Amino acid sequence: MTAHLLELEDVQTQIALRRGAIRAVDHVSLTLDPGETLGIVGESGSGKSMTALSIMRLLPRAARITGGRIRFKGRDLADLSEDEMEAIRGTEMAMIFQDPMTSLNPVYRAGWQVGEPLRIHRHVDKRASIAAAVDLFRKVGIPDAKTRVDQFPHQFSGGMRQRTMIAMGLSTGPSLLIADEPTTALDVTIQAQILDLLRALNRDYGTATILITHNLGVVAGMCDRVLVMYAGRVVEQGTTEDVFVHPEHPYTWSLLRSIPRLDATGHEPLRPIEGSPPDMGRLPAGCKFHPRCPFVIDRCREEEPDLREVRSQLSRCWVTQAGRSLDSPDGR
Amino acid sequence: MSNAPAMVIAEEPIRRAPVAFVELVRTHRRVTVGVLLVALLFLIALLSPVISPHDPLATDPDNSYLRPLSPGHLLGSDELGRDLLSRVLWGARVSLPVAFVAVAVGLVGGGLIGLTSGYAGGLVDLLLMRLMDALLAFPGLILAIAIVAALGPGLRNAMIAIGIVAVPVYARLVRAVVLQLKEMEFVVATRSLGANPARLIVAHFIPNLLNPIIVQVSLSAGFAMLAEATLSFLGLGAQLPTPDWGQMISSGASFLTNDPWLAIVPGAAISVTVYSFNLLGDSLRDALDPRLRS
Repeated sequence: MTAHLLELEDVQTQIALRRGAIRAVDHVSLTLDPGETLGIVGESGSGKSMTALSIMRLLPRAARITGGRIRFKGRDLADLSEDEMEAIRGTEMAMIFQDPMTSLNPVYRAGWQVGEPLRIHRHVDKRASIAAAVDLFRKVGIPDAKTRVDQFPHQFSGGMRQRTMIAMGLSTGPSLLIADEPTTALDVTIQAQILDLLRALNRDYGTATILITHNLGVVAGMCDRVLVMYAGRVVEQGTTEDVFVHPEHPYTWSLLRSIPRLDATGHEPLRPIEGSPPDMGRLPAGCKFHPRCPFVIDRCREEEPDLREVRSQLSRCWVTQAGRSLDSPDGR
Repeated sequence: MSNAPAMVIAEEPIRRAPVAFVELVRTHRRVTVGVLLVALLFLIALLSPVISPHDPLATDPDNSYLRPLSPGHLLGSDELGRDLLSRVLWGARVSLPVAFVAVAVGLVGGGLIGLTSGYAGGLVDLLLMRLMDALLAFPGLILAIAIVAALGPGLRNAMIAIGIVAVPVYARLVRAVVLQLKEMEFVVATRSLGANPARLIVAHFIPNLLNPIIVQVSLSAGFAMLAEATLSFLGLGAQLPTPDWGQMISSGASFLTNDPWLAIVPGAAISVTVYSFNLLGDSLRDALDPRLRS
């Protein structure tokens, strides 16, 4: 068995609130191999970002990893000191964020910021770090790189800032890149450019990527495998193709039904998912998705299913685990 | 036509980056005046040994109580015949360093408290801020007088006292900006690059604090000058025979009916100085505030 680059095993992360702790990440397990691209999909508050921040060990103060194991390159991250963790961040793993407007420091020139990881980890001087930034700018497709490194973030458009963030993340050649909703704040044409860039970097440098998004289209175009999260749990996991062609969890099924398709035959109506995302402080008993599930059976209301193999993927659903297929809900 | 202003705003994004200082001075007339006045004051303090016509401490009983514009004594002389112009010029050498040190005490003390408070949050923040509130509850001058009374009179203690009065102002300012910065994604982004908290604060927070701090420094320098003059007037700051403005007003006050210029001349020096610093601070605040920019 080859070693995984990253392996999460039953990771639990809780956020302490005044009214009690909520389980933002509830027994999440996943693996990522070198060079692979994994998509994590889910609604707001489903625990996607918390999973990413748990891996980076950059959780907000109120949040804490309460169980499970995170192994990166064979090392258990929980065993590392904060100093050792700082040595890994920015060299072996990097992260890019949703809002390129606020993820750059407004008072520094773009080139200086892109060179920051090199100064922190490689101890290069300012001049060399900015020279490296020019090269990085070219790699991420920022035109006129020499002029651009001397400009401030406010002189950049949203897409350029996201490219700058990517350049910053890549400066030390990390083996893992976590992109947390990298295209959500951008308009559609720019989204496509940024995704092309991420894809090219993944291909050219073999950087394993975790792409966090609520946009299924993004996952379809980019990811080898996909993990669907709901209420802090993984509800379905499999190769992108399997999950998209025959979803085995009603939540994934509903997500796929709720986006318009250009190749739709006939007049299949779009179906929004009814209800609203669950209140993490007051989750329903049984399967967390049952109040919104069109396939719900009695068992779903009482017992929560485990993540089990269903056909070629994993699903957390009584209905599909019992061998029924998700074609259309009964009588509707 | 009605669209024109909106277009201009759209083309110029809100600029939070540090504006080049030269550019700022060149384009804002009030800033220019403030900078020139303050520079002039520092020049006077620096050059007072050269430009003073007389020794500020040399007494000349034959030429006491000379009115301003007397030959040889442009601003007249005091009860001991000391040249008033020389004393005022030398006085800048006392007042400016006092203001400088007092502001430095306030800035360093308040800055550290503000950074700690804002970054740590929670109980630390609560305790430090209540302490600052307690200091702020006293009127500034009263607090300064009380501290000097406890430490003993003298210029050094006056500087410390004025500095302590300025601490909560800086602490609150710095804390407010840090709280704002902490919410920005670049904090997590910078941490995700492997920066430790110390680097985050020193290399990434402090540059963001510079603009508001520059403004506050010029404003509190004005307050520090005035407080120093007040303390010296009350006999708690500079001691005789140091040529200090507050101290000069204090001794001139006895002759207010017959020879009012003995108090008026140093009083004018204080007014001009405080005005210069306040003008600078005020104009910088307007110039650096993106919302107020037209």
